[in-house]
Amino acid sequence: MKKSNQASERGRLGGWYWTLGSLALLALAWLLPASGIMNLYLQQVLMYVGINIILTLSLNLVNGYMGEFSVGHAGFMAVGAYVAAILTVAVFPRAWGPVVFPLALIMGGLAAALAGLVVAFPSFRTRGDYLAIVTLAFNMIVKSILENINAVGGPRGYMGMSKLSNLVWVVFWVLVTLLVLRNVIYSNLGRGIIAIREDELAANLVSVNTPRLKIYAFCLSAFFAGVAGGLYAHLLQFINPRSFSILKSTDMLVMVYLGGIGSLAGSILGASLYTILMELLRPLELWRWVVGPLLLVLLMIFRPTGIMGLKEVRWLQPTASEETGWGKVARRS
Amino acid sequence: MLQRGIWQVVRVLSCLALIVGAVGCGAKSEQEVRLGVNAELTGSKPTVGDSCKKAMELLAEQINQQGGLKVGERQIPLKLFIEDNEDKAESAAAAAQKLISQNNVLAVIGPNASGNAIPAARICEDSGVIMISPWSTNPKTTEGKKYIFRACFIDDFQGQVMAKFARQHLKADTAAVLYDVASEYNKGIAEFFKQFFEADGGKVVAFASYTTGDKDFSSQLTTIKAAAPQVLFLPNYYNEVPLQVKQARNQGLSCAIIGSDSWGSQELLTLGGADLEGSFFSTHYAPDIATPKAQEFIKAYEAKYGKKPDDVAALTYDAGLLLCNAITQAGSLDRTKVRDTLAQVREFEGVTGKMTFKGGGDPVKSAVILQVQNGQFKYFASVQP
Repeated sequence: MKKSNQASERGRLGGWYWTLGSLALLALAWLLPASGIMNLYLQQVLMYVGINIILTLSLNLVNGYMGEFSVGHAGFMAVGAYVAAILTVAVFPRAWGPVVFPLALIMGGLAAALAGLVVAFPSFRTRGDYLAIVTLAFNMIVKSILENINAVGGPRGYMGMSKLSNLVWVVFWVLVTLLVLRNVIYSNLGRGIIAIREDELAANLVSVNTPRLKIYAFCLSAFFAGVAGGLYAHLLQFINPRSFSILKSTDMLVMVYLGGIGSLAGSILGASLYTILMELLRPLELWRWVVGPLLLVLLMIFRPTGIMGLKEVRWLQPTASEETGWGKVARRS
Repeated sequence: MLQRGIWQVVRVLSCLALIVGAVGCGAKSEQEVRLGVNAELTGSKPTVGDSCKKAMELLAEQINQQGGLKVGERQIPLKLFIEDNEDKAESAAAAAQKLISQNNVLAVIGPNASGNAIPAARICEDSGVIMISPWSTNPKTTEGKKYIFRACFIDDFQGQVMAKFARQHLKADTAAVLYDVASEYNKGIAEFFKQFFEADGGKVVAFASYTTGDKDFSSQLTTIKAAAPQVLFLPNYYNEVPLQVKQARNQGLSCAIIGSDSWGSQELLTLGGADLEGSFFSTHYAPDIATPKAQEFIKAYEAKYGKKPDDVAALTYDAGLLLCNAITQAGSLDRTKVRDTLAQVREFEGVTGKMTFKGGGDPVKSAVILQVQNGQFKYFASVQP
């Protein structure tokens, strides 16, 4: 009796920490730029960091937790970016911009999730390298389609968006992604997704509905990539198919494996470190592409699983009351 | 008594320190003309970024050797801040923002490729900082923006020039186009060429495309050969054109071949060799009929770097000259004043010819047509706008 009280006490406290922490972050994201303490360049870099965190977190769901090797994440980002941009430019009246922006982002995310199905279905039958080729092809197909649609500018790109992305929205979506993915991963669903990574056959045998979980994982991952794309489009106010090439997907892969697979904190760390490091190394010009990759190679030699591979920080793990409350959640390892 | 004396000294000294500090701070922004360079130093077009950087460094060196740029009564040295944009849209925007927020530049030269110049232009426009792109030919870069300029002509004009040239000089009634559909520059020129060629009474009998990096063009060239055009237009980059020309000749296509300013690199001649003999292309300037001003630039560039300047170097140099000229004319380091002067520049003589701005960001300037003769680029004709 006493024990369960304690547990719920901790649970409530944990919830409070989350709420307060999130509110504090959002307040900071609004205050720092508004008060002029943070200049536009720092804001720009931080927004890139935020967008990359969303991308890395969402890719980690597929690559890290489900153990598939998706290399076409930029394709989903492109779908989200174009759909969200078309919505705010051509569909909704311009004056509604700030109000409908979240809606446009969600629609972009949903469109990307729909595109996620394109990859999810082949994943029932193929795994590993072959699925990687499917995702690679998906990325190329999206890029080629966009290059050939003149209505969205073709290779010249699409523009006309207002600058609707700001630090508050970026932080907000980072928090949403983090919360949703954390709750999915430590739920029944997440256990199934991890089971697919460990042994798909065995997972099937213990009645894990692997096809359905794959659809969920791919669509959820694509959804957040799409949202990140929408934020990106309204930050740069210009998108072109070339921005969503394989190179972009490679960047995301680097961030996932740098931070560590199967770790939310790792994704945050990987995306932040990589983005900020590459920005700081900018004055090195060509040498940046020696120093940056060299650091990666060294990391892979000394920490082959990435900085936080398969580990999680405490505050991202479910609290005791959530464990007892949901029953099916695995214990903290 | 002694104590009072010490206090006095301290007071005087602190006043002095304050004054020096204030003057120092106030003078700091006036001590140098801060210019940003936002160039493609890494990524898929490193030669473009390299030429851009070298031309600006040459210009800064020349001006600083003379004691600096004349602004009003004073001579102020130039200080360059060079940033790499990796040939990526988001990095170009970040680099532009860094130059503005961290380095407080008066103006930015670059980026060169339109895909990078458009997002960077947005940032500069929002901050009210002048940006001159040496090489971005997409009309959208400057469209509807007050602080954004370019030093080159736009795609429409070049498409028109080549269409006119094919119709009037080559007397072609039919033309074929092979272009890279994944690159905004190639596609833009190809479409404008088609539009103007057909408006001029000609007919585009084949309009074939490929994707960046393709090495085999035989299926497109078969279609083109079947259509039997009198001229083949290849508005593609210098590293791809030689392969296309070689394959076209192997297929037995004997028609005249013409191209655009993306041909203008010595690489083209090394790779293309005899197959390109007699081909024409439009570009920004011709080194062999250079004006004294251009000759001076070519000589200085060769002396400093040991090689001939390409288009990007010449255009970057012009962009820098235009800006310095406007600063001197405005007699001030105020961005709005410099911008207003720049928008009204008349008959400015640069390395790549005379430029006139009519209130907007696009210059009115002429193009030249070069021919490949004996493995060299030779001046053929000038085309006025």
